[in-house]
Amino acid sequence: MKDRIPAVKLQNISKHFGPVAANSHVNMDIFRGEILSLLGENGSGKTTLMNMLSGIYYPDEGEIFVDGNPVTIASPRDAFDLGIGMVHQHFKLVDVLTAAENIVLGLDGKLDIKNATKKIREICDKYGFEVDPAQKIYDMSVSQKQTVEIVKVLYRGAEILILDEPTAVLTPQETEKLFAVLRKMKEDNKAIVIITHKMHEVESLSDRVAVLRKGEYIGDMITKETNAEEMTNMMVGRKVSLNIKRPDPVNPKDRIRVRDLTVRSEDGVIKLDNINFTARSGEILGIAGISGCGQKELLEAIAGLQPVETGSIEYVEDDGSYEQLIGKDPKKIRDMGVSLSFVPEDRLGMGLVGNMDLVENMMLRSFENGSSPFTDRKAPYELAKNVVEELDVVTPGISTPVRRLSGGNVQKVLVGREIASAPKVLLTAYAVRGLDINSSYTIYDLINKQKEAGVAVIFVGEDLDVLMELSDRILVLCGGKVSGIVDGRTADRAQIGLMMTRVGGSK
Amino acid sequence: MMKTKKHEPLLHIVKRDSMSYKKAVLIRIAAIVAALVLCAIITMVVTGQNPISVYGTMGIGAFGTARKTWVTFQNVSILLLISLALTPAFKMRFWNIGGEGQVLMGGLAAAAVMLKLGDKIPNPLLIALMTLAAILAGGIWSVIPALFKAKWNTNETLSTLMMNYIATQLVAFFTVLWEMPKGSGKIGIINQNTNAGWLPNIGGEFIGSKYLLTIIVAALITAAMFIYLAFSKHGYEIAVVGESVNTARYVGIKVEKVIIRTVFLSGAICGIVGLLLVGGINHTLTTTMAGGQGFTAVMVSWLAKFNPIIMIFASLLIVFLSRGAGEVATNFSLNQSFSDILTGIILFFIIGCEFFIRYKITFRRGGHKK
Repeated sequence: MKDRIPAVKLQNISKHFGPVAANSHVNMDIFRGEILSLLGENGSGKTTLMNMLSGIYYPDEGEIFVDGNPVTIASPRDAFDLGIGMVHQHFKLVDVLTAAENIVLGLDGKLDIKNATKKIREICDKYGFEVDPAQKIYDMSVSQKQTVEIVKVLYRGAEILILDEPTAVLTPQETEKLFAVLRKMKEDNKAIVIITHKMHEVESLSDRVAVLRKGEYIGDMITKETNAEEMTNMMVGRKVSLNIKRPDPVNPKDRIRVRDLTVRSEDGVIKLDNINFTARSGEILGIAGISGCGQKELLEAIAGLQPVETGSIEYVEDDGSYEQLIGKDPKKIRDMGVSLSFVPEDRLGMGLVGNMDLVENMMLRSFENGSSPFTDRKAPYELAKNVVEELDVVTPGISTPVRRLSGGNVQKVLVGREIASAPKVLLTAYAVRGLDINSSYTIYDLINKQKEAGVAVIFVGEDLDVLMELSDRILVLCGGKVSGIVDGRTADRAQIGLMMTRVGGSK
Repeated sequence: MMKTKKHEPLLHIVKRDSMSYKKAVLIRIAAIVAALVLCAIITMVVTGQNPISVYGTMGIGAFGTARKTWVTFQNVSILLLISLALTPAFKMRFWNIGGEGQVLMGGLAAAAVMLKLGDKIPNPLLIALMTLAAILAGGIWSVIPALFKAKWNTNETLSTLMMNYIATQLVAFFTVLWEMPKGSGKIGIINQNTNAGWLPNIGGEFIGSKYLLTIIVAALITAAMFIYLAFSKHGYEIAVVGESVNTARYVGIKVEKVIIRTVFLSGAICGIVGLLLVGGINHTLTTTMAGGQGFTAVMVSWLAKFNPIIMIFASLLIVFLSRGAGEVATNFSLNQSFSDILTGIILFFIIGCEFFIRYKITFRRGGHKK
C-alpha cells in the first residue's frame, strides 16, 4: 500500500498567521481510490492545510507534490489546473444565478450554457446527483446547494476532492445520499479528503484517518483498525470519555407553555404553524428538524425577538402562576430569566460582537446595570476571567477580540456568559455547530449542569445521535409544524428521520 | 495532468494579524517622510525652487506670526469640531456626510435669533437662545435622514448628502431676504454697532482673545467626546449597534432610539460649529460658510480611526497643509494648483500607508522581506 505514488504529497508544510502557527511541518499523503478523513480539534489547522491545497493560502514553508511532481499552487486556478477541488463549509455560490451558470462561472472560453448543461447532466448521471441545471440557487435547499458545489468542482475536472464539514447542514437521509456519491467517486479512482467532527461518519465512510493537533501532524490510521475512542484521544492528546450523561429530571415543573403559536416571516411565509408544547424545569427538550423549518423562529419568538401572529407563550412560575411573554421586549423577557444562547450560522452574527474583546462581550448583558451614565467594566472583567478559567477558553488574553478565537472558544464565551446570569430557561441553538468533539462534550456537560440546577433547557440540535443521547424529550419539527414529541430514552433514529421529512412520520 | 513546476509568484499579499503600536507609528512616520521627499523632488524638477525653502514657507504660512498661529489653531478647532461631530455617527456605521448642511442650519438659526431678537433682550439670554437654536437646528437637520433610516432603512449617505443642498438653498433664500444693505445680495456684519449676540472674547485684550473661545470649546468637546465614546453606556451602545444590529437587538438595545439619539448628537455639534462661525468668527451668514469642511471632516475622522485624541493631530495636519500651501502659492508666485498637488501627495502617502499596516508583502523565498 505504501509504495503507491500519492495523488498529493505534502512535505514539511508550515503556515503562520502573525505569531500563530496554523500548521507546522506537516507531512501528509493523499491517495487515489481512497477516502481520507482529516480529524482535529477546532483550530488544529485542518481547514488552513486544505486551503493551501486549494490555492487560497500559500504555504510559508514546504513543498507540495501532485502525482510525484513538485507543484506551486498560488491561486485557486492553479489548484483547478492540477485537478484539486474544494467544497467549502460556507458555500460560494451566486444566489441569483442558476446552477449551470454558477458551475461555469469564472471559466475561460465562450459562455455556452447549452453545452455546459449537457456536461453537467453527464456528471450527474455518472454519480447519481440530482441537480436541475436551470434552477436558481435561491430556490434550492442547503443540500441542493452543496450538490451544486460538488458538481462545480467535478465539472472543472477535479481528481482530488476536498470537502470541509459537508454533513453539518444535512439531514441523516441526505448524508447517506452524499456518502453513496462519495463512495462512487472513490471507485472512480478519485482521491477524497473529508473534514468532519462526527465520529460515526468517519467510521462508516473513510478508509484512512489522519489526525492534526495544534497545527502538527500526529499520524494516520486505517479506519478499520481503530475506533472513536482512540481517534479522539489522538486528537485531544489525552484520554477523553465519549459518553454523554443523561441524569433523570428531578421534580420537573412546567416552565414554558407554548399554545397554538403561529409565526409568519416578513415576506408572509408561515414559519411556525400552530405549535404546541411545554418545556419543563430540570429537563432538556431537544428540537430536531431539517435546518430552516422553524427552529430559529421558535426560539426567537420565546425570546421576544420575533413578532408572533397568533398563539401564546407563557412563562410559568414554580407556584403555578404564569405570565404572557408575547408582547414583552427582549430585555424584559431576559430579566425574567429566559436566556437565549443562539448560535447562528455565522456564529458571531448574534450574541457576540466579533471586534470586541471578551470583557466588552461580557458587558453586552450587564452594561445597563446601575444608574451611572458610565459602564462598569469591573464586573464583566471578573466574569471574563472566570469564564476563561472555568471553561478552559483558549485565548491570548481577555482583551483579544473574540473573532480571533476559534469556533469552540467563541462558543464557550457565549454559553459561559449566558449561564452566568443563572437563567431559569436556557434556549440554545446549534450549540456545538462546527465544534470539535472535545469542545462539544464540554458544552454538553455545561448544559447538563444547567439541567441539574433545575433550568428548563430547550436544545436545538443538528446531530440526531447527540439529540437522542442528551434530550429527555425530543420535539420534531417539520416545515413549521410539530411532527411529534418522542421520549429521548426510547427514541428510534429512523423514526425521527422520517418525522423530520413528513409530519407524523407516517408514509 | 502532468505539470512542470511553475515559478512561485514574486510577492504575496498577506493580511497581518496584528501589529505592534510602535511599528505602526514608525510606518506612518516613514510614509510622511517619503511623501516629503517626493514633494521635494517634484518641486525641484517642476519649479526649480529649493524644496527646503518651500517647506520653510509652508511653516511660515501656518505659524509665521502670532496672529497666523492663532488663526491656524482656530481653523483646526473648527475642523476638529466637525470631525468630532461626525464620529459617533460613523462609529455606529451611519455615514453622516451632511456635516456641511448641519453646520449651515446651525449658523442660520443662530443668525435668525441674532437678527430678530438682537437688542430686544439681554445679551446673555440672546446668546443662550442662539446656542439652543443652533443645536436644535443642526440636530433636527441630521435627525430627518436618521428617522428615514430607522423607520424604512433608507440609505443615509444619500439623504444626508442631499440635505446639504437643501440647507445651502435655504441659507441662500434667507441671505436675500435679510440682505443689508438692500441690493448687496449679502447679509453683511450682523449687529455691527451693538455687537448684540456676538460671542464674547475671553482672556482680556491680548492678541489671541478673539480666537480663544472656539479653541476652548473644541478642547472641551474633544475631551467629552473621548469619554463619551470610550466609557459611557451610550458609547457602548453605539459601538454594538455599529458592529452588529442583530446582536444589539438581541441584548435588548433599542436600535432605532440609539440611531436617532446619536445622529441628533452629531447634528447638534455641527450646529454648535454654525453658532461659533456666525456668532464668534464671521458675524455674518453666507452659503459658503462651512467651506467644504463638512466633507474634509469625513477624512479627518477616518484618518484618526474615530479616536478623538488622534483627531486633533489629523485636523492639525490638514489645516497646516492647506494654510502652508496657500502661502507657498503666493510667495513663490506659483499657481494655487501646485500647492494642491503637494497636499494631494502627502495625503496619498498617509492614507496609502494604512495598506502596509494592514497587510504584509512577502517576497519570493530567498528574497528579502518587507
